[in-house]
Amino acid sequence: MDDKIILHYEVSGDDFTRAGEASSDVKNKLKQMDVSPEAIRKVAIAMYEGEINMVIHANGGDITVEISPEEILMVLKDTGPGIPDVGLAMQEGYSTAKEEIRSLGFGAGMGLPNMKKYSDTMKIDTIVGVGTTITMTVAM
Amino acid sequence: MTVQDLINTNRFTVINAGDDTGREITKPFCCDLLSVAMSRAPEGCAWVTVMGNMNTLAVATLSDSACIILAEGMLLDEAAAAKAQAQGITVLSTQEPVFETALTIYRLIQDESVS
Repeated sequence: MDDKIILHYEVSGDDFTRAGEASSDVKNKLKQMDVSPEAIRKVAIAMYEGEINMVIHANGGDITVEISPEEILMVLKDTGPGIPDVGLAMQEGYSTAKEEIRSLGFGAGMGLPNMKKYSDTMKIDTIVGVGTTITMTVAM
Repeated sequence: MTVQDLINTNRFTVINAGDDTGREITKPFCCDLLSVAMSRAPEGCAWVTVMGNMNTLAVATLSDSACIILAEGMLLDEAAAAKAQAQGITVLSTQEPVFETALTIYRLIQDESVS
C-alpha cells in the first residue's frame, strides 16, 4: 500500500434497512488489502455505529474513509440537529432514539461509546442546528 | 463444529444455507440489542437472537458471526431473506427459546471437542 486510498459514501437518511452498506464495503476492501483482522473489526464497529447514528438522528450524511499505511481515517459528516450535550451522549445507556428504532434493536445508548471504544482517536465537532462531524482513526 | 455440522443435526430450520458452511463455530452468543451484539459478538459465533430484521444481517456480517440462529420461531421478513441469500449469510431458525438454543449449540461444540 504505497498511496492513500480515499473512499466516499453517501448515507441515505430515509432507508434504515440499507444502513451498514458503507461499513460492509469498507470492511470488504480492507480485507482485500490484508489489513489485520483486529483493525478491520475496530473500523467495522466504529463506522457502523456512526452510520446507524446518521440514519437514526441526522437524516443521513456522508462518510469519507482514508486508508494509509499508518492508519484508517474515518470522517462522518451530517447536517442533522447536532448534539446538545456531548458528555451526556457519550454515557453508555443514554439515548434519544425513538421507540420505533428501539424496536429494531437499536437505541441502547451504545453508539457513541462503541465508536470511542473501538477507535484509537475520536473527535466530535457538533453545533446544534447545524450538524455533527465525527473524525475517528484506527491504527494499522 | 462447523456450520454444516450444525445444519446436519436437523434441529434447525434452514432459512438460508449461506456460502461459508464449512466455517468453524467458536461459541454460541445470545443478544437482541444490535449495538451490544455489534461490539461483543465473538468472531465465528453462532448468534442466537429473536431479532430477524435487515439490520441483524448487517451486524452479523460486520461482527464476523459464523451464522444467525433465530430463536422462538422467528423468521426473516421477505426483504431480509433476499438479502441473506444475496450475501450468502447462514440463517437458521428454531422454535426453542434463546437460552435452550444456545445451550444446545454449546453442548454440541463440547461433545465434539471431547470426542
